[in-house]
Amino acid sequence: MTEKTDPSPILIISELVKSFSNQRVLDGINLEVYPGEIMVIMGGSGCGKSTLLRHIIGSIAPDSGSIKLFGQEMTTLDDKALNAIRKRFGILFQSGALFNSLTIGDNIALILKEHTNLDATTIEIMVKIKLELVNLREHADKMPAMISGGMKKRAGLARAIALDPKILFYDEPSAGLDPVTSAQIDQLIIDLTKKLHVTSVVVTHEMDSAFTIADRMCMLDKGKVLKVGTRQEFEWLRDSDPADCPSEQDRLIRQFLRGDAEGPITERKLTSDYEEDLLMASLKHEK
Amino acid sequence: MSVCESVENSSENPSFARRWLAIVGRCSIGVTRSFLGKIGSVFLLLAEATQIAFKGFFLPGHKLGKEALFFQMVRVGIKAIPIVILIQMAIGMILPLQMYPKLAEFGQADQIATINAIAGFRELGPLMTAIILSGFAGASIAAELGTMVTSEEIEALEASALNPVRFLVVPRLLATVLMTVMLTVIADVVMVFSGVLTGMKLGLDPDTYYQMSVSAVNLTGFVTGLVKAAVYGTLIGLIACHLGLSVKPWQGSEGVGQATTNTVVYSIVAIVISAAIFTMIFYSYGLFN
Repeated sequence: MTEKTDPSPILIISELVKSFSNQRVLDGINLEVYPGEIMVIMGGSGCGKSTLLRHIIGSIAPDSGSIKLFGQEMTTLDDKALNAIRKRFGILFQSGALFNSLTIGDNIALILKEHTNLDATTIEIMVKIKLELVNLREHADKMPAMISGGMKKRAGLARAIALDPKILFYDEPSAGLDPVTSAQIDQLIIDLTKKLHVTSVVVTHEMDSAFTIADRMCMLDKGKVLKVGTRQEFEWLRDSDPADCPSEQDRLIRQFLRGDAEGPITERKLTSDYEEDLLMASLKHEK
Repeated sequence: MSVCESVENSSENPSFARRWLAIVGRCSIGVTRSFLGKIGSVFLLLAEATQIAFKGFFLPGHKLGKEALFFQMVRVGIKAIPIVILIQMAIGMILPLQMYPKLAEFGQADQIATINAIAGFRELGPLMTAIILSGFAGASIAAELGTMVTSEEIEALEASALNPVRFLVVPRLLATVLMTVMLTVIADVVMVFSGVLTGMKLGLDPDTYYQMSVSAVNLTGFVTGLVKAAVYGTLIGLIACHLGLSVKPWQGSEGVGQATTNTVVYSIVAIVISAAIFTMIFYSYGLFN
């Protein structure tokens, strides 16, 4: 695990709650992220991990709870103050989210033009430096439509680090990539975290990727934090015998980490409302 | 559950007529409230875009994005020139041909030039240009912005502390307004030119036709036509940007398609209604004399 030089967390999430159409998506999330570490937030599809990330970056307002980033309460900031915070972090979206009307180089240059007073020459040099960090320097003049999915993610990452952020957020960085490209992205996340001395928060359900990059891990399930711990703790849980996992929660996490077809997650899905569903269907047709 | 469904479920069934009256009444209130909410959102967007454009033009330290504006003007306007010319040529031909037999019957064939010029400059020039642009520019803007929402580009802009209204709405809105006005001027000229050619075919003297056209349109008529064009352009740009940005990320291609279709329909309805309002106002102030 990366050594913590600053004991105070860079990101503190407390009792975060969010519901959409009476469905509780985040149910009292508590999480702390420390400077310099790679925190992996994982969980099954629909568990609320991407929604949590959108709350952290200020895209969605919570129903209740608190998010403190760089010591500032994100949930009460006005647009101007929120934008000042946004200049201090970078985010890589699942699709890369490059601006399709601009070249790869211009995607990065746009951020620098808008948020700095650098002259055109310096901006061009900065763009080349950022692209070199993600091994895309020779592709600066290409349009996003002309490059592969992996290259789009790397270009999105170059844009995310344009303003030398203190914290980087990644939304499913390995999703939809082949194993080699996925491994390259993982290595890039580790390298950038070390080279740029940034904190990284990675949302993923790719377990190989998670165990490669994580310093600490957080497991979400149905909008709740099941466990936060070091990578070693999760590795122990993954490799443990079922008999060593006395609690239902540990068995659930173990099944997710191992990707087993059978276990508490599968049983929960199989038994959920099945009888009621069949009964309702028969009653509906009787009417 | 829709407003109508909830009303149906909650009715206590006192009598058939009263129940349906309640449903119609409450549905009407729901639809009106939703409509007013949308109008309010469009005006808020206009207010924000106007504020940003004003600061960009007049206050130091505020960027407007002139390159983006120029790009949008080319996309919205320059590429629409051939189709505007084609349509106005056709209309400048149809109107004289339709009117000639009746006017010739009364010995007033020369008045074709007057009618064609007045109709073109005051009404058909801006109206037809706007209708063409609602499809040519409005649909394209709505589809583009809607796709940007679904591909997370708008969220990426916001996460990069960049305001989507400044980056996307202002250049598109300004370009639509400016190019609707410019294309209207072209449409006006083309319609007169087409009328002259048609008049020649009908045996009218081209010089006389041209002189009558020029004398028929005074400065007020020309300017009111351009004012209309500016308003139509604003409506197209606003409706397209609002509907495009209103697409939800999870709606995907269906949401984008819906926004595109709605943009064309709402734009044309808004243009025609505002044309009627303009005509009533100008008529009551005697600007058509």
